[in-house]
Amino acid sequence: MATAIETIAVPAEPILRPKSWRSTVLRNARRNPVGAVAGIACFGLILLAVFGATVAPYDASNISFERLQAPSADHPFGTDSLSRDLLSRIMHGAWNSLGVAFVAIAVSMVLGVTLGVMSGYLGGAIDLVTSRFIDVMLAYPAIVFVIFFVTIFGREFHSVAIAIGLILVPGTTRIVRSATIGVKHQQFIEAAISIGSSPARIMLRHVLPNVAAPIIVIASVQIGVAILVEAAISFLGQGVSSATNPSWGRMLNEMRPSWQLAWWTMIVPGAAISSAVIAFNIFGDALRDWLDPRLRGSR
Amino acid sequence: MGRYIIRRLLLAIPVLLVVSILIFGGVRVVPGDVCKIVLGSADVTDEQCGRIESQLGLDKPVVSQYFSWLGGVLQGDFGRSMTNRRSVTSVIEDRMYVTVELAVMSSVLAITIALPIGVYSALKQDKGPDVFLRFVTIGWLSMPSFWVGTMLIVFPAIWWGYATPVPYAHFWEDPLKNLEQMYLPTIALALSLSATLARLTRSSMLEVLRQDYVRTARAKGLHERVVLSKHALKNAMLPVVTLIGIQLGFLLGGTVVLESLFALPGLGTLLVESVITKDFPQIQGLVLFFAVIIILINIAVDLSYALFDPRVRFS
Repeated sequence: MATAIETIAVPAEPILRPKSWRSTVLRNARRNPVGAVAGIACFGLILLAVFGATVAPYDASNISFERLQAPSADHPFGTDSLSRDLLSRIMHGAWNSLGVAFVAIAVSMVLGVTLGVMSGYLGGAIDLVTSRFIDVMLAYPAIVFVIFFVTIFGREFHSVAIAIGLILVPGTTRIVRSATIGVKHQQFIEAAISIGSSPARIMLRHVLPNVAAPIIVIASVQIGVAILVEAAISFLGQGVSSATNPSWGRMLNEMRPSWQLAWWTMIVPGAAISSAVIAFNIFGDALRDWLDPRLRGSR
Repeated sequence: MGRYIIRRLLLAIPVLLVVSILIFGGVRVVPGDVCKIVLGSADVTDEQCGRIESQLGLDKPVVSQYFSWLGGVLQGDFGRSMTNRRSVTSVIEDRMYVTVELAVMSSVLAITIALPIGVYSALKQDKGPDVFLRFVTIGWLSMPSFWVGTMLIVFPAIWWGYATPVPYAHFWEDPLKNLEQMYLPTIALALSLSATLARLTRSSMLEVLRQDYVRTARAKGLHERVVLSKHALKNAMLPVVTLIGIQLGFLLGGTVVLESLFALPGLGTLLVESVITKDFPQIQGLVLFFAVIIILINIAVDLSYALFDPRVRFS
């Protein structure tokens, strides 16, 4: 009897109930399990960046261990040539490796979305100036620009993050601009104009929500690029100058003399960078398939 | 065509002017005393300082400094290095071969790897090989080139005691030795570019393969190889070429890192050296040089569209 009632009650989604965001997320997670795992990994990486330094087992500059110890239960990632625990150093460095990328994305989004929506919707002089600005930004090789910027404004966390954010702005602006042009001539915009909404209100309340999908997609794709650029810069010794919270690229470069003696000093920082980027790239792909199927497989 | 090139070059001028103002202005913002940098010591008398500033033209107003710098640049004179007094132009000339060689070789290698992978992946869409190749390429894409380079240095050294020869040999003097020094950084740099290109080739091929003209070509009984190479791939190349143009900026940036890793005397190592010694005329010259190269490459990419798509007319 009980089973009979259950079978009747089972139809999982009653047709009239509006889909909650939770069920949407779960459905997509089931359809793309790899993407879902990557999403969870990305969330973990954000936690690592924020709390890594506080929960690390040892201090980043604790030198009380045996030097160049191979990975073991006590030191899962081994120790480096200065007798420091690599796992702890990776955790302490997470903020300067990943946090820089997160702030850079924020910079790129704020500037790129503002410029993209305004130049796409308003057109005219603003569009012209914006596209010239993009041309100027695109004329610098990414890493060269960041090195130049950081030389001028100092190797601080915020200047590295702003520099990386600036090189990502052209990409964001272009995509947001073309998405804006796509929605600009639709009827709901016309309706908003006809009831007398101001351009500012239309851009904020009508255009922005409708270009949100490409914005989210481009952000998740750019995080990977930002992490790689930060790693390259700090590998060159031009990243955030902090001995206590070394970024992963710098860690790899600092251990140069011990690469051949102890393979893990070379593998650990590089693998940390790569796995973070892989997680964000796969998650970005999954997000794109879900939110913006037209872009599937591009890049 | 000729008129189009001229128009594009003219349009590049205002961009380059803004680029040069930003570079010049940026350097003026730098904190730190020029005299101390030039003399390399902290205690400098005001008299010495004044002499250096007038030597470098720093006592004049900024605007006139800019125009005299720009005037020099237009005549191919990027000024003199602050540290060794050599002409920046001649230093850049000495160093550019490595960078150009590395960039050209790795883009050629990347394209050679990427096109077959992309086409094959598209033909096997969503089947085993395609899924596998997509995971491989996303992995390549995520590995920093300098880490790949590091492993290419270290593992051969551990396993076979192999190391590439030093010091650097110029290609014209000893081509074999030069190539032996260059092939590892080339591979490291090509890997991530080839991943990006393969993924785009795949999606672009998928789109083209669905077109009517491909079906027509097959229907009239053309060999599959001809359909793929003449009809599909050629049309799929347009977005790929655009991407190559965009990626060349990243590629030139990538050479900066790999030159440092492999200790090659190119523009990248020069940039890092001049940043460390705070040699501003050299930094200015280099960044401007990079910008000019990239703008020229982008024009060349736009022109190459005509090669792939005869419908493209320049007017």
